[in-house]
Amino acid sequence: MSVTTGPAAMSLGDGHAAALRRDRTIERWLMLSLAAPALLLVFVCLIVPVGWLFYLSFFTDGGVATLDNYRHLVEQPSYARIFWTTFKVSALTTAICAVLGYPLAYFMSQLPARAANLCMILVLLPFWTSLLVRTYAWLVLLQRTGLINTWGMQLGLWSEPLPLVNNMTGTLIGMVHIMLPFIVLPLYGSMRTIDRTLVQAAANLGASPVQSFVRVFLPLSLPGLTAGALVVFILCLGFYITPEVLGGGRVTMVSSRIATDIDTFLNWGSASALGAVLLLLTLILLWVASRLAKGLSLVGAGH
Amino acid sequence: MASASALDIHVRQVTKSYGAIVVLDRVDLHVQAGEFLTLLGPSGSGKTTLLMVLAGFTRPDSGSILFGSEEVIRLAPQKRDLGMVFQNYALFPHMNVAGNIAFPLRLRKVGAAEIAKRVEAALEMVQLGGYGTRGIHELSGGQRQRVALARALVFEPRIILMDEPLSALDKQLRELMQLELRRLHEKLGTTTIYVTHDQREALTMSDRIAVINKGKLAQLDSPRHIYSKPNSRFVAEFIGESTFLNVAASGGVCRYRDTVIKADAAPVREGRCLLMIRPEQVQIVDGAASDNMNCFSGRIVGRVFQGDTLRIDVDLGGGEAITLRVPANSAGLQSMPADRESITLGLSVADTTLLPAED
Repeated sequence: MSVTTGPAAMSLGDGHAAALRRDRTIERWLMLSLAAPALLLVFVCLIVPVGWLFYLSFFTDGGVATLDNYRHLVEQPSYARIFWTTFKVSALTTAICAVLGYPLAYFMSQLPARAANLCMILVLLPFWTSLLVRTYAWLVLLQRTGLINTWGMQLGLWSEPLPLVNNMTGTLIGMVHIMLPFIVLPLYGSMRTIDRTLVQAAANLGASPVQSFVRVFLPLSLPGLTAGALVVFILCLGFYITPEVLGGGRVTMVSSRIATDIDTFLNWGSASALGAVLLLLTLILLWVASRLAKGLSLVGAGH
Repeated sequence: MASASALDIHVRQVTKSYGAIVVLDRVDLHVQAGEFLTLLGPSGSGKTTLLMVLAGFTRPDSGSILFGSEEVIRLAPQKRDLGMVFQNYALFPHMNVAGNIAFPLRLRKVGAAEIAKRVEAALEMVQLGGYGTRGIHELSGGQRQRVALARALVFEPRIILMDEPLSALDKQLRELMQLELRRLHEKLGTTTIYVTHDQREALTMSDRIAVINKGKLAQLDSPRHIYSKPNSRFVAEFIGESTFLNVAASGGVCRYRDTVIKADAAPVREGRCLLMIRPEQVQIVDGAASDNMNCFSGRIVGRVFQGDTLRIDVDLGGGEAITLRVPANSAGLQSMPADRESITLGLSVADTTLLPAED
């Protein structure tokens, strides 16, 4: 490598430092401009309305500033019940999705790429039909005179129609069906990246299939499981159609109550307060969950 | 040096095919107790498949494998009690160094105090003392390699398998690790099977080398022998450099262009044979050649300086050529004949090796 000397080197001055710095800045702004449309959309469609609702929740219908909307939430036991139902339905749906989705994702992750892609299409197939159609389809299947009860009784499996719909059971069946792909996708993604030789190494070192699953595969698939469970849980919190149709009025979740407040009572303040509290509770829950996960991973680091 | 507990391995008629592709074709192999045996072959030769069959990860179609006197062909991998070093190390990313090494001990229900002691001893053995609390992602390639080795050795397995463990390391580190692995093997005396496609690595480390080609065992011999007395053109070309001359064998004598080739051994068969010439075994002959040499005359057509040696291509006419190497010291460089000059090359009778020609 030769070193440039003489007039040519001298005339470089600061070696274009200022110009290069300017180029870098321009590049950074150009990159940012790629995100600008999305940022604008988020601002207009999310930040502004949520902020507006939050603002509304501090006023009565007459426009008088008040904390009444929040006092009602605390004082009326029906609200506590609604929140409890919402979190219970969401947690149960998430748990059932995890139990059903994990083996499915595992199966798919072990398939050759072509077969796995085919399975993925099958998993995603429900997305191609409307959510409302799928929910009503479940109603047809699950009702007292529906396909499942008719067949079950004709085959003599049970004698009375089972209460499969217009209750918690129906709601959970419908919600699990709709939510399953949301947990399978991230799970499959994280399992696909787990190096197969790690499981072989575990076996080589003396681990039975169960031991190598528990000690190696499961911990490595946890990020996918956590991500999927979070997505499902959060989507469930805001679910409206499925609990309304399949719950038969017996499963009232926060979103149903918000709809009633607005549709029936035109009470924007109360509906906004419900939304704000749900958002707050969700954030607290996520924070606690992330703290717990961090603690667990610290404890587990040495093992 | 075999330790008392070292096992020998009998591989008998092991066959494995994927559809129409035969990966292992009735392989027979006897690995002696305490031996360092290398499976050497080009990629796709079946050497890794054979290792995976030994480890229990690949189920062969037929055959028998004995560890000592125990038949293991159907035994699950976790019951084979083998230590394996994987090509990509296969260290558990969610455990630290000590956790990885303790893994096989925990499975064997070893007590905590004993585990701590043995993990530290294993780390000392691979010269990583005090690294126990490091995360796997904090280690360099060479350090990961050592951790993988420690993990494979810590539970004192009956047999050690290594699948190209050094292929991801840079040249200097690789050569250092080769000597270190060799030293460890001499200390422990565990039967070791090592897979590589690097002939130099195989020559450096092995007690014996098994050359695998197209799912078959091509030759099994000591490094010295396999280099100097390969049994086929494939082995000769795969291990070391060589040029070949077509010779005709009849009546137990070989002739190259009507000149009798003097050799210690009679040609392997009648008809067409190959004379193998290693570049460092031929020399330039000045004046009269001695009796124990076969001589070839030709014309220099190329000289390339390659640092430690000078590579010279000599054209014998008729489309045949010999490549030789002379040390690139000042004496060698000065006495070098010029380009296009006619020279005579000598190959000593002891180095004269005849191979069967492929049809």
